[in-house]
Amino acid sequence: MALLQISEPGMSSPPHEQRLAVGIDLGTTNSLVATVRGGMAAVLSDALGRPLLPSIVRYLPDGRAEVGYPAQARQSEDPKNTIVSVKRFMGRGVKDVAHLESAPYDFVDAPGMLQIRTAAGVKSPVEVSAEILRVLRERAELSLQGSLSGAVITVPAYFDDAQRQATKDAGRLAGLNVLRLLNEPTAAAIAYGLDNAAEGIYAIYDLGGGTFDLSILKLSRGVFEVVATSGDSMLGGDDFDQRVFCWIVEQAKLAPLAPKDARLLLTRAREAKEYLTYHGEAPITARLSCGEFVDLALDSETFCRITQTLVSKTLGPVRKALRDGGLSVADIKGVVMVGGATRMPQVQRAVGEFFRRDPLNNLDPDKVVALGAAMQADVLAGNKSQGEDWLLLDVIPLSLGIETMGGLAEKIIPRNSTIPAARAQEFTTFKDGQSAMSFHVVQGERELVSDCRSLARFELRGIPPMAAGAARILVTFQVDADGLLAVSAKEHSSGIEASVAVKPSYGLADADIERMLRDSFQHAREDVHARALAEHRVEGQRLVEATRSALQADGALLEGKERSVIDDALAELEKLLAATDHRAIKRATDALNRATESFAARRMDAGIRRALAGRQIGSL
Amino acid sequence: MRNHFELFGLTPAFALDAVALERAYRDIQSRVHPDRFANSGDAERRASLQWTTRVNEAYRTLKNPVQRAKHVLELQGVDVAFETNTAMPPDFLMQQMELREALEAATQDKNPDSLGRIRNDLVAEKRALEAQLGKAIDESKDYSGAAGLVRKLMFLDKLDAEIDLAYEAAE
Repeated sequence: MALLQISEPGMSSPPHEQRLAVGIDLGTTNSLVATVRGGMAAVLSDALGRPLLPSIVRYLPDGRAEVGYPAQARQSEDPKNTIVSVKRFMGRGVKDVAHLESAPYDFVDAPGMLQIRTAAGVKSPVEVSAEILRVLRERAELSLQGSLSGAVITVPAYFDDAQRQATKDAGRLAGLNVLRLLNEPTAAAIAYGLDNAAEGIYAIYDLGGGTFDLSILKLSRGVFEVVATSGDSMLGGDDFDQRVFCWIVEQAKLAPLAPKDARLLLTRAREAKEYLTYHGEAPITARLSCGEFVDLALDSETFCRITQTLVSKTLGPVRKALRDGGLSVADIKGVVMVGGATRMPQVQRAVGEFFRRDPLNNLDPDKVVALGAAMQADVLAGNKSQGEDWLLLDVIPLSLGIETMGGLAEKIIPRNSTIPAARAQEFTTFKDGQSAMSFHVVQGERELVSDCRSLARFELRGIPPMAAGAARILVTFQVDADGLLAVSAKEHSSGIEASVAVKPSYGLADADIERMLRDSFQHAREDVHARALAEHRVEGQRLVEATRSALQADGALLEGKERSVIDDALAELEKLLAATDHRAIKRATDALNRATESFAARRMDAGIRRALAGRQIGSL
Repeated sequence: MRNHFELFGLTPAFALDAVALERAYRDIQSRVHPDRFANSGDAERRASLQWTTRVNEAYRTLKNPVQRAKHVLELQGVDVAFETNTAMPPDFLMQQMELREALEAATQDKNPDSLGRIRNDLVAEKRALEAQLGKAIDESKDYSGAAGLVRKLMFLDKLDAEIDLAYEAAE
């Protein structure tokens, strides 16, 4: 396994320039950006040498936003406008979020995803996250001295479709070309596996600030295969803070707190939790706005007792993932600990006891996800030649299904299916002459639709009049490599079709993203046209390069006439790339995409034939 | 290519060369996977998505003994008809009822140990049926007999799923 691959003289990489690609860990508490330089993955620090960016955004009345440490410094002073742990709200409605009442924000209950009223206006969690991503993008561009060709953004493996879509939207809004959404434990497995040349079955125990994931992977030469994943997207280090906070309020017999005091005590609670990792007792002192003085000491025994249910709550998903993978504890070769919250000694102990082995802590639990994401970004950007790279096989964490009669959920794609995946199911009408059928797409494991997460509703109209049960409606679910779902429905006899990218009911429509982009440009002093030109040029240039290398490798698959159509479209795009009309570049890019459609399909077929031929010769 | 075996260069049979299947799967995936085409145009990305999806589906089908048997039988023109053909031998049904009663009791007691025992019994029963299935398909070519065995196994899979739910309820 080649983490520190150094090219031998004479065996250097292909002549193209290395593309600038980064991995971003968009965390609940802290975020990081990392990249691969000279074969080594490294986290990029800010101008003051700090690798972490606190995931905190403070909105100011003039519309600007402060991100990271400056926002953190003002959070007790301005709690209503300082958004912490925004990841908990991604793709979530008001009723989905626990302890919402204790958060000091002015929530707006928007359909699908909640929003927050701030001094700079109403903001969606997508916009808040985009502020964090924008700071990381700028940090990377400054440090790498160039614009980024793409980014891999990590998400908790247990994130559902709504949360994933929201994350991808935030990336777009921050001006990033999102190469892939990568599951956090998978990213950690890449970093760990490559660094240690690990082979065998490993569990990744990832307890972050707000989410918990447990993934089981089979590592072998050049392949990372996720066997099963499980977790709890509402459980993390924040919950431990919350327990300590409640303990403080109870011990000090405090009356209901002002938002400022609540934020102050939550901060003290977090500090005490961190202190207890290395000490037997933590002092907790704070002066509240009413003048009252809190002076307590929390010992580690009490801390363990008040958080014991949280620790054991993580073991349910661990057992479930083992069952789903058909594995027992004895099959697991190592348990890699990821996420700052795994520093707590009681977590280390519980995991060690469950797996009957010492957990692996040899990578910095705060950085390992960003490093793995950077390595994957390097592969996706095409910076590694074949043989140096690896194959990543990931799964969907939660079953995807559709509502049937009686409010029951019928599973179409079961959890732990390797992605990309597609599955089709046939449905029929239940009334004579029924001309429309509505579909409700859900995600989750429970039998009742009301216990699952609702993803989208859509309707197939114009079904020709038929007797009940005669229509044949094929519903197809397609999950892409980011774990995002698209659904289509088609009535067979008439060919009537309806499809939905499972987005509009909770996510942002393209128009929303455009509006937000325009808003953000007003503050960022960036020119919309310059940005569009830059983006379309990058995309067009990428397609030119890809088409050229495809023609070079497989040009023989084309007949003379087909070849000249592609050559013409290629020449047209190249000519326009030199000019400044971003719309014309986009049109020419689309035209070249269309012109290469059947060539692309033939190339793929040829690739499979070569794979088969190679093997048959090899096995003779 | 409707034949999942052909896709991996294998001959249709119930007995499976798992190593050859995995090697072929990885070979093909390393050529068609979307990670190889993150920088390509829309056309190649779409073709990659379609192929990877198809390869994953074929791999999943062949790895699972019940799905693999169903697929072999389909290639022979035999429909397993699990939904419509519900006739089962009485002794099999008796045994199922006993297993179900045991499961119900274990669910009510929220007892993971007895769930584990039921699962072990179930796995043993499945292995025995799969051995018979292999003989019926690959040796005696008794396809209708094989279809009956597949229906039994599908029955057991349903029970397996219920054991999973019981585990979750017990936790």
